Amino acid sequence: MTDATIRATKLTRRFGSFVAVDGITFEVRSGEVFGFLGANGAGKTTVIRMLTGLLAPSAGQASVAGHDVYRESEAIKRDIGYMSQRFSLYDDLSPLENIRLYGGIYDIERTELRRRTDTMLERLGLTRVQNDSVGSLPLGWKQKLALSVALLHRPRIVFLDEPTSGVDPITRRQFWELIYEASHAGTTVLVTTHYMDEAEYCDRISIMVAGRIAAIGTPADLKQAAGAESIDELFVQLARPASDQAAAGAR
Amino acid sequence: MNALLGLLRKEWYHILRDRRTLFVIVFYPIVQVMLFGSSVRTDVRNVRLAIVDPTPDATTLELRNRFSASGVFRIVSVTPTDAPLDHLFQTDTAQVAVAFQPRFGERLSRGEPAQVLVFSDATEPNSGTSRQIYVRSVLQAYQNELGLRAGALQIVPRVRSRFNPTRVSANLFVPGLMAIILTIIAALMTALSLTREKETGTMEVLLVSPLRPWQIIVGKISPYLVIGFLSVLSVYGVARIVFHVPMQGSLALLIAEGMLFILVSLSLGILVSARTSSQRVAMLGAMMATMLPTQMLSGLVFPIESMPRALQWVSLIVPARWFIVIVRGIMLKGVGLSYVWQETMILAAMALVLLVASTQSFKVRLQ
Repeated sequence: MTDATIRATKLTRRFGSFVAVDGITFEVRSGEVFGFLGANGAGKTTVIRMLTGLLAPSAGQASVAGHDVYRESEAIKRDIGYMSQRFSLYDDLSPLENIRLYGGIYDIERTELRRRTDTMLERLGLTRVQNDSVGSLPLGWKQKLALSVALLHRPRIVFLDEPTSGVDPITRRQFWELIYEASHAGTTVLVTTHYMDEAEYCDRISIMVAGRIAAIGTPADLKQAAGAESIDELFVQLARPASDQAAAGAR
Repeated sequence: MNALLGLLRKEWYHILRDRRTLFVIVFYPIVQVMLFGSSVRTDVRNVRLAIVDPTPDATTLELRNRFSASGVFRIVSVTPTDAPLDHLFQTDTAQVAVAFQPRFGERLSRGEPAQVLVFSDATEPNSGTSRQIYVRSVLQAYQNELGLRAGALQIVPRVRSRFNPTRVSANLFVPGLMAIILTIIAALMTALSLTREKETGTMEVLLVSPLRPWQIIVGKISPYLVIGFLSVLSVYGVARIVFHVPMQGSLALLIAEGMLFILVSLSLGILVSARTSSQRVAMLGAMMATMLPTQMLSGLVFPIESMPRALQWVSLIVPARWFIVIVRGIMLKGVGLSYVWQETMILAAMALVLLVASTQSFKVRLQ
């Protein structure tokens, strides 16, 4: 399985005169965990929004799960799962009600939905609180639930936009276990993060700096090529010139 | 279909679990009608009347009796001179004063003109005028009788205020209030609930899902249609039971027109929220787009005919303007659809345009 499930060619998005994403080209292979790294404002979220159909590209091509983002955005929607930067569940509904809602939206057959729901709640240890309001749960539980809900309809690709921001290290670890499980089950994962240690968990990563992809490859290859000890060091190497430039521009 | 049912169920959960908002939705219409209906009055009742009668005689006593007996006036003072009048008006002890000429009865019996001076407090011009009219009608009635006794020829105008014969203001305001209440519930609530989803981020998830824009909109609109329906009923109930507003026409037609108006307001709310991203902005937007025009330009408070020409043109696009005509027509005049079909068509056209526009602005992807 080496065919690409996400393919972007010279994908560009401008907001007025500001170029948020500047002609990036990359591929994500089927079944891999692909990390999208970059500082805040580097353009990670904009890329995800273009690939999920929330935002129209200004130029360039992209296809997701074999569907063109311009013409077949409806087909894309059925094949992807999405967990937004902000919390994507309803706080005033219970975990069970949230799951049922998304089960209905993705048209999962009733007995099948019940089976998946039970497994999921069990797996997350949320069976006891399945009828409490989501708003009353700790953030870590909520994020794990949100990820599981995004995977509920077994999408071919799942987009996770900074899913672990604000979550404690232990929960982040558990969260990544969930990501691996999904990956083993055949789901392609595209995850953005600005935790550099998480980059090491990815099969391949790309580092975005000021709207461009500054580096792309496996974490080990990238470190070796740059002679860096860690992804963190590599990232600083790549991002430093850009932020210095920005600072010079501001002056 | 499953998806839509799920959305509807979720929307109901939102509404039923937000206790404070639910409380507002349920009690707002009732409180509003009670407040408006009982505080905003232009009908004339219990008018405080001061009499200046320098030379009391049989005629002036008869007239004084007639004022008291009319049920409109309450005589608060009888004085021989008009000296205390200023004080009476200033302290609001009197609202109207009637001053008889000295030797009033005597002049009248001799066939000389007998003059009566009528003062009224015109700080509120409309009420002032209505009170004057009542004073004059009492005097007029008496003069007519005198004339008949004397066998003189005369033209006797008899005035009837049709559809609201006793000029009860609740009859005028309650139908109009229905427009305001429905606007608030429909436009404001949908605008808020949509922008709340934008703020929390759940809207993105819905947009990324295979849901169609129309499904999201129908899911948002339907619960508020039901709530609007209940509001129409509760406003109608209060109007009938507490204020005895007459219902000349068909309740079914009233409800149907009410639903049409709610649909217009809901689509407005969606349009507003499609263009804003925070609840605060949406609230202001919904207020500006619906509440202000509804109160000021709909003919509810100020008659459209007396507005400047430019504002009259603006009032044409205010949905409430048409709805108020319809409600007053149905409730007070008892007309059927054949008399309000033009207004109905205008509302229907507005609903259509707004719905299409809001679905379109929804399709435009999130920026």
